[in-house]
Amino acid sequence: MATKKVTILENILSANDQLAEKNRSLLDHHGIFSINIMASPGAGKTSLILKTIDILKKTVRIGVIEGDTAAVTIDADRVIAGGAYAVQINTGGNCHLDSSMIEAGLNQLPLEQLDLIIVENVGNLVCPAAFDLGTSIRALIASIPEGDDKPYKYPGMYRGVDVLILNKIDLKPYVPFNDDYFLNGVRLLNPKLQVFPLSCKTEEGMDSWIEWIKGQLKKKV
Amino acid sequence: MHELSVTENILKITLEYAEKEKATKVTDIYLNIGQLSSIVDDSVKFYWDLIAKDTICESAKLTFNRIPARMSCKSCQNEYNLGPEPGPCPVCGSYDVLVISGDEFQMDSINIEK
Repeated sequence: MATKKVTILENILSANDQLAEKNRSLLDHHGIFSINIMASPGAGKTSLILKTIDILKKTVRIGVIEGDTAAVTIDADRVIAGGAYAVQINTGGNCHLDSSMIEAGLNQLPLEQLDLIIVENVGNLVCPAAFDLGTSIRALIASIPEGDDKPYKYPGMYRGVDVLILNKIDLKPYVPFNDDYFLNGVRLLNPKLQVFPLSCKTEEGMDSWIEWIKGQLKKKV
Repeated sequence: MHELSVTENILKITLEYAEKEKATKVTDIYLNIGQLSSIVDDSVKFYWDLIAKDTICESAKLTFNRIPARMSCKSCQNEYNLGPEPGPCPVCGSYDVLVISGDEFQMDSINIEK
């Protein structure tokens, strides 16, 4: 009997990453811009998606992949009512979406008829960012009532995204939230992170978010 | 809950490499985990006992090499390790820093018998 050390040096989630690349190629082939939206439950993922659909639906063809831990179709029903294509993915209790679930979701969408795909990830601030889905952009929604300490408490999440939406800014007069403390934490972990402060309710700041998406869509054409 | 999918991936990669080497047993598995990656060691070990049962990895010992989050200050070039709560450069107080390490989430190596 011989013993041997075998060097691996491979990402633990490499199987997921490989499938994510396949999804990315498929989306690129169809010229689709895609966003993976992550946040804790209640930060406003569905609200932002519905508001974005409402503003863009006349000029942009939108599909949504809804991830939920249970077989509820509340969000998908609202998206369809709002004027977009929607696919519901039930993660069966799993706390995040992975690239195989997105592959299944993409198979159910009419890709040749879409410009923009938004993925609503499972409400969770711990692990979704570790699982690449193959989207163009990974976005995180933080919201004022969650508190200004979240970058410090969930560094992995703030490291693993490209865009940050700071939602519910209309609540600032009522909730203690130190902008400097929050933004310093963001800068520390992810200096290139683009930040969009907005309110889905009052629509303050929505313009910048929508213009940014339009700019990204133009790059894809 | 994501520890289950993580553990399944660890087993899959281990078996893949062990089979290539025609191993009869895997004795050790070494993982490189950065401070900025979220994973609970005990939870992985708990799932490991369940899913590695009846495989050549059944009795393998999992070792987590924890890699600290190392930062480099862009203002004064000081390098420092992040504490449990991420903070600015302890020398000049700047928040303009770069993460040099701490994102690792990697299978390092395995020890096998054959």
